[in-house]
Amino acid sequence: MDEIKLIEIKESILTDNDIAAEQLRSRLKAEKTFVVNLMSSPGAGKTTLLLQTLAALKQTYKTGVIEADIDSMVDAEKIRAAGIESVQLRTGGFCHLDSNMVKQGLEALGSEGFDLVFIENVGNLVCPAEFDTGAITNVMILSVPEGDDKPLKYPLMFSTCDVLVINKTDMLSLSDFNMNTLYGHISRLNPNMNIFEVSAKTGDGVKQWADWLKQQVSDFLQ
Amino acid sequence: MHELPITENILTIVLKHAAAGHVRQVVSITLDIGELSDLEDEWMQHYFDYLSKGTVAEGAKLKINRIPIALRCNGCGKTFEIEKSMIGKSTCPSCQATGDFSLVSGRQYHIKEMEAK
Repeated sequence: MDEIKLIEIKESILTDNDIAAEQLRSRLKAEKTFVVNLMSSPGAGKTTLLLQTLAALKQTYKTGVIEADIDSMVDAEKIRAAGIESVQLRTGGFCHLDSNMVKQGLEALGSEGFDLVFIENVGNLVCPAEFDTGAITNVMILSVPEGDDKPLKYPLMFSTCDVLVINKTDMLSLSDFNMNTLYGHISRLNPNMNIFEVSAKTGDGVKQWADWLKQQVSDFLQ
Repeated sequence: MHELPITENILTIVLKHAAAGHVRQVVSITLDIGELSDLEDEWMQHYFDYLSKGTVAEGAKLKINRIPIALRCNGCGKTFEIEKSMIGKSTCPSCQATGDFSLVSGRQYHIKEMEAK
């Protein structure tokens, strides 16, 4: 009988991705490219908000987009129609992006010339929360119809993002979404989160969000 | 949903240690996974069985320790454990604060050890 021995491993399962993400972030800092990782459920209005944000920022910064929606060219075409350079990553049914995929996207885009690059991550609130993409800032979008209890269902996503954009505020009167309840959940999970209330449809609040982002990019580029 | 890439990473790390330790067969692998992760134990084992075929880790059992979520109250400094379902509704047991907490545990993703022959 072979004796069973115990071998200590003590390694993080995500080490490879975490290291690659840190390397990518250092490179982005050196190259002065501010990368925003946008995450949300499908249908929260990522592309619409992105188009509005691009409209507000594209005069100031050279901006590009990496699209990662699962096997669809729809979003990339909308972005390109708005005159923004974009690449579509074929994630082949993958549920999230990791830092190597983002690196490939940046290379396809030719990131050296860009001040600001948005990653439109795969639409779900579970998997993208676990994988550091190497982005400079992580932003999640929650839309009013999804409900004020989303932080209770997806706590990891809410605790890892730097920014929360609450979209579709034009629908507040149609729902029982309670803004105070949501803020109460967030203050427990992620008290430093920057929160913006917007309607990408009517344009309400988009300026505050875009101005904040503009300031972040400006500080970063200096 | 992302059990497959995670399981691939586990296998890579395990095989590296197996080669270094001249292991002929991996019997079990112990993982420390934070309660905040949405990994399904059953799927990880399915994927592991599939990916490890033909390697020294074939047939190894994944033993998954779930590490509880703990928050620290930034007001009074108290650290307390909570259930995942309570994370956005928690109250500090010491000073009764209902906000301004930092996450101190629950995101772990570690391979602790393996049993091997």
